[in-house]
Amino acid sequence: MNKLKKKITSAKKKWEGIENNKEPIVYIGAASCGRAAGALELIAETEKFIKENNISAKVIQVGCIGPCYLEPLVDIKMPGQPRVSYSNVNVRTLNNILKSQLLEGVPFIKAAIGNFGNSDFNGIPPFYELPMLKPQVRIVLRNCGLIDPEDIDQYLAMEGYQGLMNALQMSPEDVIGVVRQAGIRGRGGAGFPTFKKWTVCRNTPGEQKYLICNADEGDPGAFMNRSLIESDTHAVLEGMMIAGYAIGASKGIVYIRAEYPLAIERLRTAIKQMKEYGLFGKNILGSTFNFDITIKEGAGAFVCGEETALIASIEGKRGMPRSRPPFPAISGLFGCPTIINNVETLGTLPNILRNGAEWYNKFGKEGNRGTKTFSLVGKIRRTGLIEVQLGTTLREIIFDIGGGVQKPFKAIQTGGPSGGCLSEEFLDLAVDYESLASAGSIMGSGGLIIMDEDTCVVDVAKYFLDFTQKESCGKCIPCRVGTRHMVEILERITHGEGVPEDLLTLRTLGDTIKKGSLCGLGQTAPNPVLTTLRYFRNEYLEHIKDGLCRAVVCKDLIEYRVIKEKCTGCQSCVKACPTGAISGPRSEPHNLDKTKCIKCRSCYEVCRFEAIAGDAIVIRTAGKRS
Amino acid sequence: MPEVIEVIFEKYQRKPDQLIPILQNVQREFGYITPESVKHISRYLRISENQIFGVSSFYAQFRFTAPGRHSVKACLGTACHVRGGATLLEMLERELGISCGETTPDRRFDLERVACLGCCALSPVVQIDADIYSRMTVNKLSELLKQYE
Ligand SMILES: Cc1cc2nc3c(=O)[nH]c(=O)nc-3n(C[C@H](O)[C@H](O)[C@H](O)COP(=O)(O)O)c2cc1C
Ligand code: FES
Repeated sequence: MNKLKKKITSAKKKWEGIENNKEPIVYIGAASCGRAAGALELIAETEKFIKENNISAKVIQVGCIGPCYLEPLVDIKMPGQPRVSYSNVNVRTLNNILKSQLLEGVPFIKAAIGNFGNSDFNGIPPFYELPMLKPQVRIVLRNCGLIDPEDIDQYLAMEGYQGLMNALQMSPEDVIGVVRQAGIRGRGGAGFPTFKKWTVCRNTPGEQKYLICNADEGDPGAFMNRSLIESDTHAVLEGMMIAGYAIGASKGIVYIRAEYPLAIERLRTAIKQMKEYGLFGKNILGSTFNFDITIKEGAGAFVCGEETALIASIEGKRGMPRSRPPFPAISGLFGCPTIINNVETLGTLPNILRNGAEWYNKFGKEGNRGTKTFSLVGKIRRTGLIEVQLGTTLREIIFDIGGGVQKPFKAIQTGGPSGGCLSEEFLDLAVDYESLASAGSIMGSGGLIIMDEDTCVVDVAKYFLDFTQKESCGKCIPCRVGTRHMVEILERITHGEGVPEDLLTLRTLGDTIKKGSLCGLGQTAPNPVLTTLRYFRNEYLEHIKDGLCRAVVCKDLIEYRVIKEKCTGCQSCVKACPTGAISGPRSEPHNLDKTKCIKCRSCYEVCRFEAIAGDAIVIRTAGKRS
Repeated sequence: MPEVIEVIFEKYQRKPDQLIPILQNVQREFGYITPESVKHISRYLRISENQIFGVSSFYAQFRFTAPGRHSVKACLGTACHVRGGATLLEMLERELGISCGETTPDRRFDLERVACLGCCALSPVVQIDADIYSRMTVNKLSELLKQYE
């Protein structure tokens, strides 16, 4: 342990050097999301600028700080000044920012959105006072976007591995006691108290036990786990060690989906560093605790997020769930006692072990302690990754943090394909495990998808069912056959060929699938349909009776039109149309031949994009078909 | 080919739980799971070829035909779906003249759908080879395809 303490002292000194920097530091958010927005190009451009102007400055790649809608984000810290954050940076603004900051030493106010000091700086507000950040409580995400995840020293300077050191000085039972008192529940979806399954595993005799980090993150439209691993890799690994110590496991496995190559790479780098720092293998930090970690890449199957399927997959088999009991805590991987915890559950542990259960109890509410991260996406102004206390209302999340919806709000989907779609009347619902369940939805792993009036709930329900149907492993009949039937009915309805009886059939099927399925996939798959049937029945009826999709989404129920008065005759759409459905001479209103139109949206886009066009192409409901 | 396979095997123990990592490595090496490699794996791990096909066909990641020069993946995760991901996929199918899971006759493109690339906040997204393009539109995507030969 002394060896690590020495490393920590030097890591802190190194960090002080960054805090009291003598030369400018440019931070670029380069997690997957930042990269998709162009961060890598900005890094190259910054390096070029530094070289060409012959200045000495440092470039540090950081993870994702959360407000993804502002991406790419570039921060600059000049000596003696607070770090200033710039948003939506492109190559041109970057050069202006660099010129102003690195050459003239003043912030480029026009593009600055926040500073990391405690007060205004040149009129730039503190970053954490921004509307999206202010209501948040950042525990798991505390380092994300601030430190270089590939530098273990920066993590150590942030009190990293302190939680593990504390744990190793306690008995494993006492560690479980702290986790029990902290009241943390599994963040992977079901919210099962973490200490309970740990206790079972601890008390099960066995030479070999396993601790698995579930990083399969199957919910399509959620990225909390990816972001955490990419931005604060060591926190997750430290959490695994704490959990491993508590349950008596000497082997840890990260099961991560292959769609996350950057996260996998960062895990590999981090594990290498752990080896150098005595945090891996035998007698960790001079104790009797042995622990190593391997990485297993998933191979693209949603159901493998379910614990027994995940185990089958690691064993090299088809990823099919089996019935429980026996629970994995008693008989799991290769028949050994195994605990599977979600990335976020594990990422929270170092904080609990570092600051104590009492401290953790300050957050959240009775029975729902602590914080939860959510990925806020869909039709919302400020998309991104957020962390709030459990018990925060949906309204606070959507309107205060997310900045609301551009068009009138329609619904919010929590819990992904296993969850439900909640209408406006639930906006004041507290986000905790029980409240969401009572509304027919679930907490899930943290995907929140906001829908506005342009989203068709029937289409969304069909989308989810289509997803679960494709991902059903086929082992049990209710799930395999039932979901298929539901998709067929939903397809009919969205094609405008539904009949009123369909709604009852959907409900009966849904209830049966929920009751009769083997695993969580089938048991929750009907939720999106059942909740929309409950809260948005009218929209189903409109599709069936009037052939009307009020959100103008269902392709068979809409048509494209040219508003003659608005059309400037610019011919942009004529060029864009792949089927030659639009015609008309220059400067005269164009004609749209409905029989040729395949509703591909090209014309609609150009009509909005081209300055000379007049927003003349519209998509309308086609009304009841004869 | 047999030599390459042997080199791959050296990295993995002769245990059935190594099947998926071996298949992943084979696919990284050859671009797909070749029939010949299945024979070799079967011999190495002492499990039947049927079993190997059973496992590999279960997972979406594995493919059994040679890939094209560029892989195009349209995201149809929820966030991308509500922001028009399906329209992008339709456009890709039309412009490339193939369906999901197929390769263009000139072997230029492969087309696949994926459920979430983890960049949902910037949806809709499309991945071409290793690059992820965010906030895509039908027309931007059409231009983008021209950059790939
Ligand atoms: C179909 C299905 C998919 C799941 N996917 C995930 C997942 O992607 N990530 C995850 O952590 N848990 C997932 N779970 C929940 C896991 O089975 C398990 O409960 C969880 O990993 C336990 O960790 P926790 O106690 O820390 O929450 C899924 C469950 C089901 C039924
Ligand atoms: S839904 Fe497309 S990236 Fe997540």
